[in-house]
Amino acid sequence: MRICGLFVFGAIVLLTAGCSSIEPWVKPYDRENLADPIMAFSRAPISQDFLDHVFESREGSRGATGGGGGGCGCN
Amino acid sequence: MKPAKPRLVRYVITCLGLAGIAMQAPAGVLPEDRADILYFRYDGGGVVIDGPSVLLRKSIGEHVSVSANHYIDMVSSASIDVETSASPYEDERTQTSLSVDFLHGKSTYSLGYVNSDESDYLAKTMFANISHDMFGDLTTISFGYKKGENEVFRNLKDAATGIVANDPNFAETMESQSFNVAVSQILTKNLILTGQYEVITDEGFLRSPYRSIRYLVDPLTQALGPEQYPSTRSSNAASVRAKYYLPYRAAIDTMYRFYTDTWGVIGHTGELGYVHPTNNEKWIFEARVRYYTQTAADFYADLFPRADYANFMARDKELATYSAITAGLGTTYEFKIQRFPWLTKGQINLRYDFMTVEYEDFRDATFSIGSFGVPPPDPLAPGTEPLYKLNANIIQLFFSAYF
Repeated sequence: MRICGLFVFGAIVLLTAGCSSIEPWVKPYDRENLADPIMAFSRAPISQDFLDHVFESREGSRGATGGGGGGCGCN
Repeated sequence: MKPAKPRLVRYVITCLGLAGIAMQAPAGVLPEDRADILYFRYDGGGVVIDGPSVLLRKSIGEHVSVSANHYIDMVSSASIDVETSASPYEDERTQTSLSVDFLHGKSTYSLGYVNSDESDYLAKTMFANISHDMFGDLTTISFGYKKGENEVFRNLKDAATGIVANDPNFAETMESQSFNVAVSQILTKNLILTGQYEVITDEGFLRSPYRSIRYLVDPLTQALGPEQYPSTRSSNAASVRAKYYLPYRAAIDTMYRFYTDTWGVIGHTGELGYVHPTNNEKWIFEARVRYYTQTAADFYADLFPRADYANFMARDKELATYSAITAGLGTTYEFKIQRFPWLTKGQINLRYDFMTVEYEDFRDATFSIGSFGVPPPDPLAPGTEPLYKLNANIIQLFFSAYF
């Protein structure tokens, strides 16, 4: 039930996002550094996939290792 | 015989990793067109895994991007589990995946399918993800769902012919589901922060059909018996990751993850990385260190006091108490080829990682049981063997083309 609640909350946030009028405090023209390829959480997906594979084989923990929608948001 | 659990976990997690990659695509912009070919090699603890992986991503128009990955694991195993209860084996796993990203306004919808095939394990996984940019593109929120259906078999080796084939009397299933939510936030013009939470539930056959527990018959005599696992497992993992652009052209990143599950495992993962390109922009150097520690599962023991000691009993070292450190260095050389104007950029990458794992309650039973059926000359009493330690060398060589 808690998971369902989380998803419902997320859906509401997504649906109401267009109504927001928050002024971005980092302007698009200020995002040059964030757009630099070295700022990507994973520069090479094929390599990251393999390493995740190794870690998850050797570790009892799992999950929450993706980039989480990261990116520069520069568009 | 061979322990299947690492491959079971490996496959499930590979699917999760692929879905994680889907989540890494920022909403509102499609990933770059690229092709990668990778050769990897893992060598540690008596296990050698190597093979190629090929990844192709291509846009179709302005709103669709497709990605395909083909991956082959060639496994040669004489791990500590195999040494004490079985014979070395070789196997091959083939994994193929396909995913599609649809861009609509500031939202990206992703769908994917993964198929993995090996002699004693078949797995099919689908995943879906939605990401949305908001608040002036400073915030990206993502939701993901994955569902996996797996079939587990057991291989038997015919003593007379040496032929390995599925046991006709053994076939099990396992289902896995995952819910994932992530928020990525630009905090300053140099700092980005990501938080992620994931719930994974498994149901079905979760143990290895090969691995054994060991138990005491009397204080100086031990015997092997089958593992007994619960048929469900639910886990919660939450992570936070940050990346910061330094005053010069370089970046540092850090990650922490907390993990807990219904089997009693509690894990902590920390990571620190540094990326440094050279002034001529031809070379990129990267260094990374990862620390991992966990507590044991409630039903884990290295040596049980007797047979039928509990309803659930495991001797999987990945369910033991241990800590691990992985340190890696990588380098990238970037180039362009004038004759191929369609090639925006090419990269040759080499990466080396060293992993060391120290177990606190998993002992090297070869000192008492022996290796591959051959007893040691001076066997130690059960429970007095030295603690097991694993070192591994991990090498990746890959070529990337952007077009």
